[in-house]
Amino acid sequence: MPFVVRRLLAVAPTVLVVATVTFFALQVVPGDIAEIMLGVDARQEDLAQLRRELGLDRPLALRYLEWLGHLARGDLGMSVSYREPVARLILARLPVTTSVAGAAMLIAIVVALPLGVMAARRAWSVVDLAVLAGSQAGLAVPAFWMGILLILGLAAALPIFPLQGYVALSKNPIEWGRHLFLPALALGTERAAALVRLSRAATLDELHRDYVRTARSKGLVEAYVVRRHVLRNALIPVLTVAGLQLGYLMGGAIVIEQVFGLPGLGRLLLHGIFSRDLLIVQGVVITIAIMFALLNLLVDLLYAVVDPRITYD
Amino acid sequence: MAAARRRRYNLPLLIGGALVLLVAATALLAPALAPHDPTAIDPPRRLLPAGPGHLLGTDRLGRDVLSRILYGGRVAVTVGVVAVSIGAGAGTSIGLLSGYRAGRVDAILMRVIDGLMAFPSLLLAIMVVAALGPGHIQTMIAIGVVLIPVFARLSRAQTLAVRGQEFVLAARALGAKDVFIVTSHILPNIAGPLLIQATVAFSGAVLAEAALSYLGLGTQPPTPSWGGMLLEARDVLFVRPWMAIWPGVAIAATVLGWNLMGDGLRDLLDPRLRQGQR
Repeated sequence: MPFVVRRLLAVAPTVLVVATVTFFALQVVPGDIAEIMLGVDARQEDLAQLRRELGLDRPLALRYLEWLGHLARGDLGMSVSYREPVARLILARLPVTTSVAGAAMLIAIVVALPLGVMAARRAWSVVDLAVLAGSQAGLAVPAFWMGILLILGLAAALPIFPLQGYVALSKNPIEWGRHLFLPALALGTERAAALVRLSRAATLDELHRDYVRTARSKGLVEAYVVRRHVLRNALIPVLTVAGLQLGYLMGGAIVIEQVFGLPGLGRLLLHGIFSRDLLIVQGVVITIAIMFALLNLLVDLLYAVVDPRITYD
Repeated sequence: MAAARRRRYNLPLLIGGALVLLVAATALLAPALAPHDPTAIDPPRRLLPAGPGHLLGTDRLGRDVLSRILYGGRVAVTVGVVAVSIGAGAGTSIGLLSGYRAGRVDAILMRVIDGLMAFPSLLLAIMVVAALGPGHIQTMIAIGVVLIPVFARLSRAQTLAVRGQEFVLAARALGAKDVFIVTSHILPNIAGPLLIQATVAFSGAVLAEAALSYLGLGTQPPTPSWGGMLLEARDVLFVRPWMAIWPGVAIAATVLGWNLMGDGLRDLLDPRLRQGQR
């Protein structure tokens, strides 16, 4: 069986476990779900209707199986607060969150990779120690506080970047980039701090290998050795972690959206929690978790592109 | 040269330990150190700039910012201690059982752990809070649950590595019970990496609590928490920017302290790093 198919099949149990955890975590909440969603002052008729809609009058196991069936068809139920299908609400907001997470990852890699390589080439020099100290500081600064600092420092002084809001890529790509830059920078800085240590360690590891010595002894220019030989090998662990961190960034985007008023999945999730619309919470959580699983799969598949030694068949 | 100096003094451990001690001491002594009651509302004195009466100024309700930061440290430290205890306690127990028993028990437990690991950690914490409702105790439980998989995976791997070693076989040959072997022989031998993980987990817990409180899901007002203070500072960001600075500095200093201490401990406990094989 080709690797891609095998790997896809291996994702299925993870998705099932994720779906199961999500369902039971939010269905076995203490108290009556209908009352939680509509409030204790709700009319009995409304409570009864919601119980029927959610199938609360049927056994839990049956509801679980039905929910899995609906999930497989992309049906995440009907939101009580918006009176709209949850899947439609999520689809409308997904591009915002993926844009922020993707742009943050791009910034993290663009910052971390050159800094990591530079630090490794001058290991334990002043430059290296400064990079290491900077990465420690970056790891300690929460992304949402970085967002607040950027609003205070950059956005207020330089009116190039808007403080709040979002414009869709399809409407105006330049405005999209302007609105995305600060949130992505805030989120990306924290990840860059983690990636820079990794790319430094990976480069340092490769720099002492025999093939590098051979390349140097052939008289190759150092920059060429680093670019053509070292970097390609050092990229493998960096890419792995970067891929795994994209899922983390989807989680981090939830908080950043709140700082910059971005209408993404994070804000929808918080709306779901505060308005006690559990189907929204369930829908957003399962969407992000499934994307997380698929991203891990994508990272696995990308290995072969970066490292031709890895073959999957 | 710099590397040698770094190893001789273990600077990360020294700086990290000092920061951790500072935060722990100020949190512990907050009632003695805080100049005002952190929840005492005083509307006429709202949004005062830093001055002799209020060293870091006052917030929108006239509460003393310095006192709230000092008491916020108590929340951060409590959440860190409780969440790491839940995560490390449950996670290590699962890992020890899984690694020692192996076989079917291991397979089942690890599938559950894989399931928990399939969620981005902050999302999992938010889901637990969504199920339990916002609040201080719920936040500690949520973060504790998030930390379980890491400790379970680590302790399982370490247990698998030592369970076949001679001292374990000798203990078994002497007729020692499984519980005794695990707690008296295996656990002390895998404690080093778990201790390092606990320091990293502590800083993660402080960050997670701040994020949850910033979202309004964690510690609820009027109890002061650093994340909650940043949320409150949002409305007066350009009027009193310092209100958004100090709680962030407190979070960053705490996280930096625990991270550095983790790095320092790793240098100290990992023999490979001690020999300089970086």
